[in-house]
This record gives sequence, structure tokens and C-alpha cells, in this order.
Amino acid sequence: MLAKRIIPCLDVRDGRVTKGVQFLDNLDVGDPIAMARYYYEQGADEIVFYDITASNERRAIILEVVRAVAREIFIPFSVGGGLRTIDDMRAVLLAGAEKVSIDSGAVRNPQLIAEGARAFGSQCIVLSMQVKRCAQFASGYEVIIDGGRLPSGRDALEWAHEGERLGAGELCVNSIDRDGTKLGYDLEITRQISESVSIPVIASGGAGEPRHLYEAFTAGAADAALVASVVHYGEYPIPELKRYLSQRGIEMRLE
Amino acid sequence: MQPPTFTISRYEAQFPLVASITIVDYKAGNLTSVARALEHLGHRWEITDRPERVRHADRVILPGVGAAGATMENLNRLGMADVLRHDVVAVGKPFLGICIGIQVLLDYSDEDDTRCLGIIPGRVVRYPSSFEGRPLKVPQIGWNRLRQVRQHALFAGIPDDAHFYFVNSYYPLPAHPKVTIGSSDYGVRFAAALASGNVAATQFHLEKSGAAGLRLLDNFCKWQLR
Repeated sequence: MLAKRIIPCLDVRDGRVTKGVQFLDNLDVGDPIAMARYYYEQGADEIVFYDITASNERRAIILEVVRAVAREIFIPFSVGGGLRTIDDMRAVLLAGAEKVSIDSGAVRNPQLIAEGARAFGSQCIVLSMQVKRCAQFASGYEVIIDGGRLPSGRDALEWAHEGERLGAGELCVNSIDRDGTKLGYDLEITRQISESVSIPVIASGGAGEPRHLYEAFTAGAADAALVASVVHYGEYPIPELKRYLSQRGIEMRLE
Repeated sequence: MQPPTFTISRYEAQFPLVASITIVDYKAGNLTSVARALEHLGHRWEITDRPERVRHADRVILPGVGAAGATMENLNRLGMADVLRHDVVAVGKPFLGICIGIQVLLDYSDEDDTRCLGIIPGRVVRYPSSFEGRPLKVPQIGWNRLRQVRQHALFAGIPDDAHFYFVNSYYPLPAHPKVTIGSSDYGVRFAAALASGNVAATQFHLEKSGAAGLRLLDNFCKWQLR
């Protein structure tokens, strides 16, 4: 049986991990390679890097990170953040990432999804979306772009369908309302999307305790869950999350 | 002007390098993850798109992602298909297919209605879109358990039911159950690892399957056939 996936997410700016990871004594917690290796050894199923670098050197910096990580970890990892063209995506994949995550770039240019799927295969294309509750939309949620700042006027469920139709291999649904709150994932929109597409859906935004992941995989019908704060501060190491979930009947990779 | 007859490949054939693993480049999919895994394990490797290099290889890996139609088209166009059949498989060299590399070993794939290499009898079919009344997401993406149904040198040191990473919409359906050494469940129970003589293959990406995958890859690199 296919296991549910737990995927730590690392925000990287100028080649350094930004969210404070305070608990590990002899580990350079700002070093994305060291953190990737740490989560790999802890049993992470995949890893995601979001490049939030603002500078013009951003591409060269993140590619260096990708190359270094690819030499050391042998689980799939994805890279997102500011990918707007096929060339952007190709550079990341050739550097050693398994998948690219596209977000605002795809909303502005939906054909990017189709072109990416044609060029690299759907399995390489994760369509990531930032969603926010908004009653005026049929699904109850709107897609927000540009780092959660600019309303797009698109319904989240409708965009998810279009993304699948265009060739996205997976969907990552990030709740702006829940992100950083540690109050749990937004189960309603996660489930709505997961039950109406036939590609995997990754829940994102809001995990604070093991119970939230359990809910994401059951009530939320998610196939995978992105985790950030819940693992970055050492309170719930990945092995503990997985044990908790496995004991409650969620299929997990425990090795 | 005639090309020189004393080609690089003939030179290297007369003066073989220390045994290494030859990764077939057929212009589809990213091969470097397999190379990186071999590097990490300390094995010599080369990537080549030249049939004559593959002909003189000691040990061959056919990795990759992609659709059956495009894969066979590339293998045929590059002259790799015949070399794999006659100069690798038929002469008993250790051969490992990964992901699309397992699928093209069979006779035929439903994907793109593709005639494949015919090295292992059988066909390749797609997962059903539902199972027991519930929709099945296709492709399968993620970690699934490998049940070792037959003993094999490739499984040395790997616990039964270890998880490996899959990304696939189609799976192999070999004609003879004996060639299935490992199976997995996704809706249906399917063959996830095959072996027959000097040929072995995995549906999952062993180069992306953590420690278990690296061990399996290492076992292939050390696999001695009588």
C-alpha cells in the first residue's frame, strides 16, 4: 500500500535556511545542505526548498544548493520560488532536483504547466497554490499570488482542475490563513481539491502537532503533507510524527 | 574524407578500463541521479549514448523516466535496442533496468501501443482508475512496500517489505510468474522487481529510495553471475 508522505520544507534566502531552527547543537542550522542531510537521515520522504532570495544572483545561488544537496541525499526533492520559464525549470532539474514547484508563474502563464509537462514529464511538475478563504468564490477559496499578497480573482478548486488538465503531476495546496499558525491544515479546501482531482495532493500550511497531520491524511484526504515549523524547532522530530501516525493506522515509511 | 578506423571505442576495447558501470543515455530523462548514487557508493561509472561503448560494457544500467513510445523510439534510433538484446543480455552481462527501464524489457506496452525489447515475455499495463469502488490516483507517486517473493542476490541486506519510491502509471505484467522477484500493491498487486538470468529490473527508482535503494544498487554493482 502506498504510504502517506511527510515533506519538510526549507525556505532558502541567499543560500541560507531562513526559519530559525534553534535546537541542534553541532549542526549549522542555516546550511541547507546540512539541514537536508539531517531530514534525510531522520526519514523525511521528500524535501522541498523554496527559494525566497530577492537578488539577481538568485538562480546561481539556488543551483549551487541543488547540486550540493543532490550529491548527498537520495530521496526526491523539489525546488520552488520564482520559477517562471522552461529554462528556469530545466536548470533546476539538471542540477539534480526531481521536481519543480511553480506557483505565481503558472497563474500568470498557465501554459507554463503544459510546456513543463511536455518538456520534462508531468511527474516533474508540482503546481503549488496559495489559497485564502473568500466567500464570494464557489469553492469558498481564492488563489492568491506573489507570496500571498495579490488576489488573482481565481477560484481555488477551478484552478486546481485547470492545473490537472494542463498536466501538473501533483498539487500543493497552501493555506494562507493557516500558514504559521500551528492550528492545523485547512482540511476543507484540501479535501475539496483532493477528492476532485486524480493526481496527488500535498497539504501545506498550519501543522503544529502530530494530530494535524493525521487530520490532513484522513479528513483532509491529502496524499502528502508539507511540514515546516512543526519539525524545524525539534518539538516533533520526523520519527515521532511517523510513529504517531503509524500507530493510528496511517500507512507510513518507518525505515 | 573517411573517418579514422582506429576509433576511441576500439582502443578502449583493447585496453579495458577498470570494470565500471555503463549507464545508457538514450536522450530522455535525467540520468545523473543514478550516476550520483554510484559515485556515492564508490563505483566507477560512465554515461554513454554510443552503442559501441555499451557493447563493450561490463555491466549496464538502463534508467529513466518517460513514456514507452518515446523511449523505444530513442533506443531504436540510437541503435541501442539491438546492442542491449545481443551484446548485453544475450551474452550474459549483468543488466539493470529502472522505471521505464523495466517496462521496455517486456514484449509490449499499452502505453502508446509500443513494441518493446521483448527480452522478458509479457506486457505492460496501466493501473485501473478505481479500485474497490474508490478512485485510484494515477500515476502512483510515493513510497510503497516491496514484498520479496523470491530470493535474489539483489535483496541482500534489505529487509522484506522495505519501502521504495515509485512514480509510475504503468506496471509490468510478466508472462511467467517466476521472473517476478518483488511485488507491491497499488489497487492491484503488481510486479515491482523482475529478474531472469543476468537481467534484473525495478519499477521503482532505487536511486531515490534512500538507504534501501542504495543497498540494492550496490548489490547490483557487486552481483556475480556464475
